[in-house]
Amino acid sequence: MLEIKGLHVSVDGKEILKGLDLKLGTGEVHAIMGPNGSGKSTLSYVIAGRDGYKVTAGDILFKGNSILDLLPEERAAEGIFLAFQYPVEIPGVANTTFLRESVNAVRRYRGEDELDAMQFIRVLRKKVAELGVSDDLLKRAVNVGFSGGEKKRNEILQMSVLEPALAVLDETDSGLDIDALKIVSDGVNRLRDPQRTTLVITHYQRLLDYIVPDYVHVLANGRIQRTGGKELALELEKNGYAAFTGEAA
Amino acid sequence: MAMPRLPEKQPEMSVTPENTLPFAGNLATAGKDPLGLELDWLQDIRQSGVVRYRDLGLPAINLEDWKYTNLLALGDMDYLTATPDHGDVPVDVVPSIFPTGNNDLPSGARLVFVNGMARADLSTMKDLPAGVTLEPLAQVIDQNPGLLKVHLGQLAIDTDRAMLALNNAAMNSGYVLHVAKGVVMENPIEIIHIGGIAQQPLACFPRNLVIMEENSQADMIVHHVGVGGASYFVNTVNEISLGQAARLRVYNVQDESHQAINITANWANVTRDASYSSFNLSLGARLSRFETYVALNGTGAMCKLDGAYLMRGQGHCDNTLRIDHLKPDTTSSVMFKGVLDDRSRAVFQGKIVVHRDAQRSDGQMHNKTMLLSDKAEIDTKPELEIYADDVKCAHGAASGHVDETALFYMRSRGIPDDLARNLLIQSFLAEVLERVNVDTIGAAMNDKVTHWLPVARGQI
Repeated sequence: MLEIKGLHVSVDGKEILKGLDLKLGTGEVHAIMGPNGSGKSTLSYVIAGRDGYKVTAGDILFKGNSILDLLPEERAAEGIFLAFQYPVEIPGVANTTFLRESVNAVRRYRGEDELDAMQFIRVLRKKVAELGVSDDLLKRAVNVGFSGGEKKRNEILQMSVLEPALAVLDETDSGLDIDALKIVSDGVNRLRDPQRTTLVITHYQRLLDYIVPDYVHVLANGRIQRTGGKELALELEKNGYAAFTGEAA
Repeated sequence: MAMPRLPEKQPEMSVTPENTLPFAGNLATAGKDPLGLELDWLQDIRQSGVVRYRDLGLPAINLEDWKYTNLLALGDMDYLTATPDHGDVPVDVVPSIFPTGNNDLPSGARLVFVNGMARADLSTMKDLPAGVTLEPLAQVIDQNPGLLKVHLGQLAIDTDRAMLALNNAAMNSGYVLHVAKGVVMENPIEIIHIGGIAQQPLACFPRNLVIMEENSQADMIVHHVGVGGASYFVNTVNEISLGQAARLRVYNVQDESHQAINITANWANVTRDASYSSFNLSLGARLSRFETYVALNGTGAMCKLDGAYLMRGQGHCDNTLRIDHLKPDTTSSVMFKGVLDDRSRAVFQGKIVVHRDAQRSDGQMHNKTMLLSDKAEIDTKPELEIYADDVKCAHGAASGHVDETALFYMRSRGIPDDLARNLLIQSFLAEVLERVNVDTIGAAMNDKVTHWLPVARGQI
């Protein structure tokens, strides 16, 4: 599904990722854990194609093709979804409108017919019911005045409406209490299927109690330092990242 | 009736020699057959206007008030002052801010001007309720000069303003709206100005009076549209008088052609418990300036002045306003937001003056601009001057480019860059458009904004 090869990325002239290798198979759930400043968010942004993240060497292959030349909207339409650590507030744009623009933009890209308002509402109602999102959240402007939990739930709603092949969750657990964490994890788990790949990026192990990964990778100093099974997360929880940051220094 | 006003005096100094002063030549011959020749008092206003305009000349950019808007462009064209004949040209469609054919929309009275001249054949008065008159200035001069004498030249009295002096000298069209005591109008009145259908550059000097008697209520839509390709100049003066507890809401849509120069000044006197609101949507014109001077002249008086300006190319849009809180417990609220592309330029000058007697006044003024291009420019100057000690006032101004984080967020959801930018522009303007408090008019304004947006891939 996703293959990252020898990726070097600079931001404002400073190298953040220094030869990162990562391979995610179809249907797998991977977790990337790492200390602050290790390059976790940079990795998520560079996969999504954000401006200002300069790839100086290496490549990112999605379904076998390089995506480095694709615009963020093209990557989204190809099936890559990034759930933001800090979802952005967009005053004046109703959440429903935003979701419909998003779904129809992706459908246009894929040469599919756009959904009219009624068709879209039907799709949305179903997702909303599954995720337990309140109607009120749909009518309000995108993320404006949402609590931390509501913002994250809105990310998961967008994800479930867009049904991406690859979902990257950037620190989705930050700022969530345990109830919100369960709801969000439940939403992610619902989307788990053999055709879909999930990459969970997190600082803490606790999210992985709810979204159980097939593989755990440790990111420090801009490279994957170690890869293991889900037990690696527990080890990190116990011993911290010192071994890896020290090791790489 | 004279309005207490304490403007800081700074006469507009002459910079233009008389032989090159635009319109000076026309003014010399204007005495031949002007409107209201038989009314001595009106001829006095005209004559003082001629003298004052020649003394003052065009406002120059060394005047604080005109620092950012240069009227030298007026000298580029040899404008002919429009006469009733110029209004008598074929008009295919009378533009409306409302989509045609929709029967759900409010149908009120409509007064149409072409090249500045009233066109009875295109206008309709059938829906005016009892107690409301809406008539072209020429008709009022003939039939009700008494009403005119009581109101014309009573609010717009600052003799140091060249463009007012010019309007005084040259007024050649306009209308009078009179709403009798206690009359509450249900449907908005539409005033439609169609410009540019001419063989030569025309100048037009409308003088409009709006007289709202005690406890009356009305909504107005004032729509300026450029249709033909000719250059034209419009210099409008509106005198707006609100009796006790009257309410007037004016929705301006300035969609002039890119050959047009539009200078409009609104002088409003708001008495006890009365309320005046205006929304000014500026979309067109080569150069426009929209001045509003409000005197909150009775306890409990309030005004709400809002606007949105959307400019591209080399468009220049100036909103200049001053609110005088003269009495206690008066309220003012101002919000202007704009989007500037290419080399366009906008000016916002706003001043709220709270006079000594105006205790417990509340004045709020905000101006925000989104710049879509590095070459676009906003000059903004919100000011507060407070002489009372118990007041609640705030002001602020901000400008910035498109929020790149929000843009990336939308693009990461598959929304193409240009469509995402459009949504962000709409999102930015929503705050001020929501202040249009008549749903049908708000929707029409939103349509205008949507049409203005840069073309986006895939947008229907």
